[in-house]
Amino acid sequence: MTTVIEQIQISATVNGEKVTRLIEPRLSLVDFLRNELELTGTHVGCEHGVCGACTVRVNGEIVRGCLMLAVQAGGTEIMTIEGESDGGEIADLQKAFHERNAAQCGFCTPGLIMTTTELLKTNPDPNRAEIREYLSGNYCRCTGYEAIVDAIETVATERKGG
Amino acid sequence: MKPSAFNYAKPSSVDEVLGLLSEYGDEATILAGGQSLVPTMNMRLSAPSLVIDINGLAELSGISSNGESLRIGALTRHVEIENSSEIAEHAPLITMAMPSIAHPAIRNRGTMGGSIAMADPAAEMPACLCALGAEIEITGGSGARKVAATDFFKGLYDTDLGGDEIITAIEIPKISAGYCSAFDELARRHGDYAMCGAAAHAKVDGLVISDLRLVFFAVGGTPVVAAAVGSAMADQTVDEISIAAAQHAVEDDLSPFDDLQCSATLRMHYAKELTKRILNTLVAG
Repeated sequence: MTTVIEQIQISATVNGEKVTRLIEPRLSLVDFLRNELELTGTHVGCEHGVCGACTVRVNGEIVRGCLMLAVQAGGTEIMTIEGESDGGEIADLQKAFHERNAAQCGFCTPGLIMTTTELLKTNPDPNRAEIREYLSGNYCRCTGYEAIVDAIETVATERKGG
Repeated sequence: MKPSAFNYAKPSSVDEVLGLLSEYGDEATILAGGQSLVPTMNMRLSAPSLVIDINGLAELSGISSNGESLRIGALTRHVEIENSSEIAEHAPLITMAMPSIAHPAIRNRGTMGGSIAMADPAAEMPACLCALGAEIEITGGSGARKVAATDFFKGLYDTDLGGDEIITAIEIPKISAGYCSAFDELARRHGDYAMCGAAAHAKVDGLVISDLRLVFFAVGGTPVVAAAVGSAMADQTVDEISIAAAQHAVEDDLSPFDDLQCSATLRMHYAKELTKRILNTLVAG
């Protein structure tokens, strides 16, 4: 049986900008962002929800960009690492990651920053164990995580004025 | 693009979902949170020709309290359940287990109904629902029916859900006075698939336990109710002797398997260790 695949038009707000595209239903959100919108800061790692490299924010909540279909993101507000970076709200995190060498090859970094943003929103004063637990869904194969946890701890301390 | 091509439907009513299921049969699949389904599609273990996205069905989402029980809509996301004060008060076992389900980004999307329908042997919710005596509400062409959680899970990824049916809600009896719950699991890394896990619910009076329902997961194709442990601990004071007897009884309840994560022997060892931890936690209040 040959099935005719119908393309679907979706509109979403990505980093504050309204976009509309005609897409195949099987297109993942992360492929949509990278290939259709050329927002390549969001990375594609395992493509089955394990590595966290594709983490983006949809309607304010972090999600796996590889486990959400682009067609499901119609009508939503999407924020990627580009949007967060341009907005300046993660400048301190970026600086701390840079200074502590918490981004070595950098592949996992956008996903880690997105997850960290959510962590510090829900728990502004996490201890090291809580940081590690929250980041357990984001793989880094370079740093051994120690530098990442250090950087996040530094930012949490700075943000509360200490 | 990783999955094979499919068409996409986003119905606006349960009846419309049922119509599509009866029309497309095995060719159709329901997309709830997508946190298990999409990986299987990305790996092409699953290749539906129609994906029925139920995320537009607001009536399937939310937590409500009706007298003696809590009702959790099938589309309710893990994050909402994790943060619900109603669940924490009336079904604390669910609240205890939630942080062990994968990671925050997954819990923001994953749903109760999806977790139950997937019936992964290492999943936390099936075991918790069995321990709590929950019921699964299933809706099909001839109306709604309820199935006890312990009858719902039939085998590895196999449930009582028919191809033309959809899970619409979960009903959990509210915790009774004098009862306590405990949850624990052993995984290589937080959020990973458990190598062995246990959910328990029991009446606790000081150090004495009765009516223990201990359910293991990741030790077989389905959640396993540890009936022998339950008998061994009936009206027993939790102490070194009763814990040893309960650990011995675990051997009657479980026939664990080898897999890439660990051997059957290690799994049995973990199950005994979890039994000890769970019993101590229950009486610790």
